[in-house]
Amino acid sequence: MAGPKLKPEELASKIKYNLPPNGWMDQPVEFREGTFNYSGNPKNVEYLQLPNPRKWQPTDPDWQLPENWKEIILEGLRDRLHRFRSLQIFMDICVRCGACADKCHFFIGSGDPKNMPVMRAELLRAVYRKDFTLAGKIFGKYAGARELTLDVVKEWFYYFYQCTQCRRCSVFCPYGIDTAEITLLVRELLSLIGVNIDWIVTPVANSFRTGNHLGIQPHGFKDSIDFAVDELESITGVKVEAPINKKGAEILFITPSADYFGSPHYYTLLGYLALFHEIGLDYTWSTYASEGGNFGSFLSHDMMKSLNAKMYAEARRLGVKWILGGECGHMWRVVHQYMNTLNGPADFLEEPVSPVTGTKFGNARSTKMVHICEFTADLIKNGKIKLDKSRNDNRRVTFHDSCNPARALGLIEEPRFIIRNACNNFFEMPENTIKEQTFCCGSGAGLGTDENLEMRMRGGLPRANAVKFVKEKHGVNFLGCICAIDKATLPPLMEYWVGGVDVGGVHELVGNALIMKGEKERTTDLRGDPLHIEGNRHV
Amino acid sequence: MNAIFSLVAVIVIIAAAFLGASIPRLDFLFGVVFPYAAITVFLAGIIYRVIKWSASPVPFHIPTVAGQQKSLPWIKDSPLESPHNTWGVIGRMALEILFFRSLFRNTKMEMKSGPKLVYGSSKYLWLGAIAFHWSMLIIVLRHLRLFMQPIPSFVLGLDSLDGFFQVGLPGLYITDVLILIALSYLILRRLTVRRIRYFSLASDYFPLFLLFSIAGTGVLMRYFYRIDLVNVKELAVGLFSFHPAVPQGTGVLFYVHLFLVCTLLAYFPFSKLMHMPGIFLSPTRNLANNSRMKRHVNTWNHPVRVHTYEEYEDEFREKMREAGLPLDKE
Ligand code: HEM
Ligand code: SF4
Ligand code: SF4
Repeated sequence: MAGPKLKPEELASKIKYNLPPNGWMDQPVEFREGTFNYSGNPKNVEYLQLPNPRKWQPTDPDWQLPENWKEIILEGLRDRLHRFRSLQIFMDICVRCGACADKCHFFIGSGDPKNMPVMRAELLRAVYRKDFTLAGKIFGKYAGARELTLDVVKEWFYYFYQCTQCRRCSVFCPYGIDTAEITLLVRELLSLIGVNIDWIVTPVANSFRTGNHLGIQPHGFKDSIDFAVDELESITGVKVEAPINKKGAEILFITPSADYFGSPHYYTLLGYLALFHEIGLDYTWSTYASEGGNFGSFLSHDMMKSLNAKMYAEARRLGVKWILGGECGHMWRVVHQYMNTLNGPADFLEEPVSPVTGTKFGNARSTKMVHICEFTADLIKNGKIKLDKSRNDNRRVTFHDSCNPARALGLIEEPRFIIRNACNNFFEMPENTIKEQTFCCGSGAGLGTDENLEMRMRGGLPRANAVKFVKEKHGVNFLGCICAIDKATLPPLMEYWVGGVDVGGVHELVGNALIMKGEKERTTDLRGDPLHIEGNRHV
Repeated sequence: MNAIFSLVAVIVIIAAAFLGASIPRLDFLFGVVFPYAAITVFLAGIIYRVIKWSASPVPFHIPTVAGQQKSLPWIKDSPLESPHNTWGVIGRMALEILFFRSLFRNTKMEMKSGPKLVYGSSKYLWLGAIAFHWSMLIIVLRHLRLFMQPIPSFVLGLDSLDGFFQVGLPGLYITDVLILIALSYLILRRLTVRRIRYFSLASDYFPLFLLFSIAGTGVLMRYFYRIDLVNVKELAVGLFSFHPAVPQGTGVLFYVHLFLVCTLLAYFPFSKLMHMPGIFLSPTRNLANNSRMKRHVNTWNHPVRVHTYEEYEDEFREKMREAGLPLDKE
């Protein structure tokens, strides 16, 4: 992938935290190439039965909105205020203290004051005040109220598609005001008048139809799993089973589709296959629920529900006992915080118990879905797998907490425990950039497109900068993570800002280190790289 | 601009009170009618808004957690940052409400050349906020000695604690000094930090100016232009016991102070000051991180269009058969 037109130094020197002289309401939005996403493909908008399918682009002066677009939005807002206490509270109680202002990676990387989370929310709040509060109705602009116009809609589109729903701001806000919630609801409103982006609409349509966002059909799915099985055999000498759509299996395994179609995700897939074989897991893959990720959660609560429904439906159809979920960020937000509410109760499943260790996963007793890091950490703790750490000695590892596992689950120690047991060289990034304070990859929530590359590099700067720090200090050359979007978008980010750092999953490290019964002597890691490279050590 | 607008508004309020209270016959208006009206608006307004908030359901279970979850028994969880039960939530909320836990986390980002990003600890806002809020709470509680006869002992205790240093006559209260310093800091911060000024509205300056003038007139009355406290107590006890009487000769300054307080009370339910009740209802803070342990029910969970397995198999049956994948319908 080509980088943005600007070189890193040029881009960095252009980040200025200056403020325009006049008030923010008088500063019109500018769609600059490289900083926004293209509109949803009308064919897929129509396939999903979403409103107002048409050909348009954000740079068009006329967005061809329905005649009564304003009514639709205000009515939609009223409806959501009644349905979401979060929205109602977040609209009313912000004191504009500014604690959240410099916590957003998009503000840090762009210097654009409207990327301060408080400003992002104010874009909606101003309209809310105008039409839903007494003060706003009487005092208008003096009460911070603003008329809803086409320019406001354009501004919404620009800035609410410049938020990755990472929730870092929410950690620092004294009231927990969650911009991700506001962003999702504004995207819902925009979608009501046919304003969507393609890297959400098209993956959603694919997921709806084929079960995964890449649009891979069942036979294609089987081909890639078969291929991975062969590849794993050539590296380890062990032939593993990978059952697909198998009724009566004990566990259904669901992971993001990029794991079996993308790189470097693929090496994590090899890690899963090796691990499941080694512990003799009775499990199955599914072609119908062949996507853990949920692009619907970037568009609307309804779409989130629609795509998520496949997980429980498939678990029921196959008659499994419980579900195991692979490495993914927003997928896990949906599974942890939404799935049981949206599509439960999962009373047809059993409380998850590890068939290998007998451990009960009490924390998943209602939703009945376990995170692979919880599962593997338990295996290691109970001594059920043997790991040869030295096989990862060509890696000096740091770990990027993905936003959602960190701030929605609190899944912080499990992956670290696994990493420490799978490799010898592990180094943490500075504390303000990890765990609950972790910085986003800058490309989540549907923003990971080529056309948006400059903004992605800007938004990813805080993360990249922290990696650069440990690279310089400890010679780190491997950035571990547990998210499919990370695996797709951190490599170009590293290439742009840091250089010489590979990105990969935690279960790739597990796969490298895993000693399998009957394996041949390994000469390469799962990537096919030689196991011990001299000179790739501390620099 | 927004700041000037608010400043003017507060000056107008002070002037109105000054003029109004100078007219003897308006005593009753300023001493009785306005306080009752303000208290009514305050209470009714808050109740109305809280009921309105509560009328909207909490459809999803969306705590923002800031620490290790409770999962495997040998992994130490953080019960206050990622509480998994009600006790934990109570603890987390108490930390937020009493000590502004999240604000305490605050950092300040700086970009050095390179580019190199550094995040320094930044506790001034927290300190200013804590100093202001706690001082205000103590001052409000101290005021109870005016309303109650006999004076409750905890109020007397608070009084002597607050006057601990025993400087000057009448004794200086620490909170009086703190609140003025804290409010000055908050005002100056809003005016001088350009980024904060950029998004500050008139409704952000207004309460600060209002609070400052309330504290200011209070301090003037106590330390500089002494007023007759016996009169004030008579009025306050009268109001409190619903037998209002307006004593003569209390002084205009007192009515200005009182009118400013009435304005604050009446303004409260329509403003961002509603963060006081609001913080208790914030779903990212007041829910336990037990999302997978207990099912959360959404009262409006409506059905959506789904793509069923049957539809899926119908579309891909041939390809699945060729690939040797099992089928439900042959
Ligand atoms: C449960 C009780 C309360 C809590 C937990 C609370 C918490 C907070 C916090 C965390 C802030 C942000 C920091 C800051 O900007 O100072 C704040 C701001 C503020 N609070 Fe409160 N508050 C409470 C009650 C009140 C009350 C009763 C008032 C006034 C009558 C008040 C007036 C203000 C004002 C004016 C600000 C904004 C300060 C500024 O503009 O810089 N608060 N509050
Ligand atoms: S930290 Fe919270 S209250 Fe403060 S400005 Fe940001 S959203 Fe508003
Ligand atoms: S959720 Fe993340 S991207 Fe969105 S405003 Fe907050 S910090 Fe920025």
